[in-house]
Parts: sequence; structure tokens; C-alpha cells
Amino acid sequence: MTTAALDLSGDPKRKRRERRVRILFQSAAVFSIVVSAAIVFSLIGRAIGFLLEIDLSQLWADGWFPRRGRFDLRTIVWHTLVVSAIAMVVATPLGLGASVYLSEYASPRARRVLKPILEVLAGIPSVVLGFFALKFITPNILTTFFPGTQQSNLLAAGIGVGILIIPLVASVSEDAMRAVPIALREASYGLGAQKWRTSLSVVFPAALSGIVASLILGLSRAIGETMVVAIAAGATGGSLLQVNPLNGGQTMTGAMASLAIGSDQVVGEAGTFDSLFFVGLLLFFMTLALNIFSERFVKRFRQRY
Amino acid sequence: MATRSKMPTTSDLVKASISGKKTDFVGIAVAFILLLTVFVSLGILITLLADMLIKGWSVFADRGWDFISSPLSPDPEKAGLSQAIFGSLILMVFVVIVAFPLGVGAAIYLEEYAKDTRMTRFIVANMRNLAGVPSIVYGLLGFAVFVQLLSGITNGRTLISGGLTLAVLVLPIMMITASEALRAVPDALRQASYGVGATKWETIRHHVLPVATPAILTGSVLTVARAFGESAPLLLAGAVLSNFFSAPAGTGVVTLVTEGDYTALPIVVFNWARQPQKEFVAITAAGIVVLLVILLLVNGVAIYLRDRASRRAA
Repeated sequence: MTTAALDLSGDPKRKRRERRVRILFQSAAVFSIVVSAAIVFSLIGRAIGFLLEIDLSQLWADGWFPRRGRFDLRTIVWHTLVVSAIAMVVATPLGLGASVYLSEYASPRARRVLKPILEVLAGIPSVVLGFFALKFITPNILTTFFPGTQQSNLLAAGIGVGILIIPLVASVSEDAMRAVPIALREASYGLGAQKWRTSLSVVFPAALSGIVASLILGLSRAIGETMVVAIAAGATGGSLLQVNPLNGGQTMTGAMASLAIGSDQVVGEAGTFDSLFFVGLLLFFMTLALNIFSERFVKRFRQRY
Repeated sequence: MATRSKMPTTSDLVKASISGKKTDFVGIAVAFILLLTVFVSLGILITLLADMLIKGWSVFADRGWDFISSPLSPDPEKAGLSQAIFGSLILMVFVVIVAFPLGVGAAIYLEEYAKDTRMTRFIVANMRNLAGVPSIVYGLLGFAVFVQLLSGITNGRTLISGGLTLAVLVLPIMMITASEALRAVPDALRQASYGVGATKWETIRHHVLPVATPAILTGSVLTVARAFGESAPLLLAGAVLSNFFSAPAGTGVVTLVTEGDYTALPIVVFNWARQPQKEFVAITAAGIVVLLVILLLVNGVAIYLRDRASRRAA
């Protein structure tokens, strides 16, 4: 009786199939890098082209009027900051309040009802909030309190963007608070602390890294939000730098949208349309920096339990 | 002993002070403020929905189905949503066909195959950052790559360019939700499958995917819903903002997709919202109602799927 060496290497057909499947999935994963590279290259090429085409002193001029060759960055960056700041003023208390309530106070039944409603709010498209800001917030609320409000204004756009990011802030920070172990709460109760003190002095600080991350993510969303601003902030065509948020003005995204609208019939100075790519690149790096910062922040300050 | 108990002892005093019926005003105030923030958010949502219904109601009352079935028109009395709804549906088909397999495939690679190498970590970090890129930047990508560079394939400003742009936009979100779904599958299932001699792919196909499918589908439906409401990237990826004529009746879908002008529901809403005439307010609100009804239906399906799956798991 001969003992032939047992072949344990398996069915070669089966092994080939394994390899094919693996390569298929791997290429899907690698594709995401292709997308990033495509974004960066499609932006950088024309952004540099823009800088070469224009008179660089026009980046520091009187107002943002791309069709007249005036590309004042201060104007659009300032307006973006104003809108984002207003949005954070709206979204921070409402989002954090809702998240503390949902994570610490709500009964399981209340959670089951409230969470899906928050998700509905999260699913509302930004065009809808833009229209709401233009036709409800401005005429029904803002003009009542501030009679000098312009029909399109930065304040209404900021409030609209703020409403849009409430669910994001609420759900990310709620997740952070729910991740705080129950033992911390029990220890706090054991020392005689009431519910509110436990929530605000124990759970909230323990989840702080996640909560700050939710605010940074919210800010990054607010900076990149386009349609609310395009509809409610006005100033299609260009604007001077506005200090008063009750006036209309163009933000970075607003400027991009109004250039995009006229994308096939842009007439104007050299670089008018290409300014879109330059602003887009700036926007890309601003939000990228915020996102990376929020991730670093969580990693650095997260308490491990 | 009995005589002593008449005097209040230290422990009695402590007990009295602990169980004292002092009202916890701060506690009530905090609970009230927290509840208030929730109700303000709810109030905003209800106000928004009510405002759209009130402003748009006359359109549904006067025109009914005609509003859905009419093409675009500069006359707000005649303008309708047929081209917008068609465009949005085709865009979603592209999102599902392109982003779903790529997203799920990449997630399977990252969760099931990839070892913790530098490359893997780079792909994951890159995916997270892509998810945070503002949607209008994807519009620039769509314009530069799909409308211009690949115009030989996409034929320029067509539904193909728009659909591919939206697909690329939601790809990272699709990957993240699918990854989370796969991570939730208990490892014991995989070990058991390897134990009886299954290969990696057999394990994934017969044991991991069946368990993860409800969560993957829920996440994908929500992601598609998000793409449905997106408009900023389409402004650049070739959607037509002004009015255009419908193709003559009987034109094949393929021709419409590869050659025709296109628009989408949120784009039409945007275009109507910026018209100065008062008559456009009503049809904008009515268009928003249609958009929200579709989104609520889709979201409702997803949330129902998830609830059913989580109840079954519990």
C-alpha cells in the first residue's frame, strides 16, 4: 500500500474564484482613492489657471463681482463666517439640548418617537430650507423684529443652515453621551447627585470630546452648505462686503452657485468661470481641515473606559 | 436604650436632611429647558411642513394631477413636474447601479479582507474625509470629469453625467453605512463557517451578507433618499435650470438619458424659488410638498425595515 501525499491545497478552481472576488472588492475600495484624486486634480488645475489669468491684486478688491473681474476673497469668506456663526448659534443649544434630553432623560418610548422625527428633519433637502428661510423666516419673523431687513439676507440664510445642522449635532453628540458607561452615572447617584447634576457634571464632560466633534462637523457642514444660501442670502451676481447680516451678500458657496447657474452663458472678464474652481478648492481645504481636526480632537481627548 | 431614642441621634438628623421634601427647582428647570429644546426643533419641523402645505395647497386643489403630469413652463399656471420627476428617477437609478455595488464592495474589502496596513488606514481615512466634502465640490468634479473630460462617454450635459456625479457623491456614505452593517455581524459566525471548511468568499456570501443585508439595505435606502434631495452638484453637472421642451412622445428612454436636456425635482424647486413673481410661490411650495412626500415615503420604508430587523434580532 502506497501512501500518496495527501493534497491539501484545495480545489484550484475554488482558489481562483477566491482570488478574483478579492481583487474585485479591492478595486472597489481603491476606487475611492481615485475619486479623491479626481477631485483634487480637477480643482487644482483650473484654480491655478484662474490665478494665472487674473490680476492678482483683484483678490483684495472692492467686493466680489466675478463678471467685472473683482474677486475679493475677504467678502465671500467673511459672509461664509457670518452665516456659519449664526448657524452655530441656532444649532448648538437646540442640538445639544435635544441630545442630552434623548440620551439622559427620555423614556425608551419617547426615544422611539423622537428619534425618527429627528431623522425626518435630517432628511429635509436644503432647497426646502432655503425656500423656508426666504418665504417664512424673513417675512414672518425677521421683518417683525428688524424692520430694516432686506428681502434676501445673511441672517435668514444662517438660521436656515442652523436648522439644517441641528439633527447632525444632536445625533453625533447623543451617540457620544450614550457611549459613557452606566457605572459613571451610578457612581454619581451613589454620591447623592440628582439627575440634572449627573447629566451635566458627569455625563456631559465625559462625552465632551464627541460633543466638540459634533460641533466641528456641524460647522464644516454649515460652511459647505450651498442651496440655503443660494436661495435666501441673495446677491446673485456679486456683493460688497456686508457687516450687517440683515443685508444680502454672497458667501463662498453662494458665489459658486451663482456662477454655476450661469455656467453656459458666463460672459465677463477672464477668469470669471474659473474662479469657481479656486473658491471650490478653498472650500475643499477648509472643510477638510475641520474634519481632520475633529477626528484628531476625538482621538486625543477621548476618555477610554 | 428606650429612653435614649427620645433624643434625636445623629443618624436621625442625617436621615431627616436626606429625605427632606425640598423641591429640586434646578432639576425641574433643567428638565424643562431640555424638553423645550426638543419641542422647539419639533415646532420648526411642524411649522415648515404646515407652511409648505398652506402655501402650496391651492395648486393641488385647482390643478390636481395636472401639476404632476405637465412639463415645465414659464407660465406658473401651467408649469408642472413631469420632467423633474422623470429626471430624478433616472438619477436614482444611476446612484443605485453605480454607488451601491461599489460602496458595498469596498466595505466588504475593508471589513472582511483588508489587514490593518497603512494602505487600509489610508483608504478608511480618505473615505471619511470624502464624506465630509461639500456637495457643490462634487459638482465641480462632475463638471470637470463627467461633463467635459469624459464627454465622449457621457455626451456632455446629460442624465449620465448627473447620475454619475450623484453616485460619486454618495459613494463614501454608502461605504460607511455598509461597513457599519458588516462590523455588526458577530465574528463567531465567520469562525463557525471557516471551521467547516468554507473559504472566505463562501463565508461572506452565505453567512455574513445574509445577516448584514437588512442593515445594508436600510442604510442604502437612506443614502439614496439623500441623493434625491441633492441639487447643488447638479447645478454644475449639467441640469437645465430654465424651461425646456419635453422630447416628443414615444422617444425611447435610452435617447432621453443619453441625449436630452434634463432636470431634477430639487433643481426645479430651486429655479421656481428664485423667480420674483408672486405666482411662483404657490407652485414652489407645492413642488416641495411633492418632494417631501416622496422622501418621507422612502425614509419611512427604511425606518420600518430597520425597526423590523432590530425587533427580530432582539
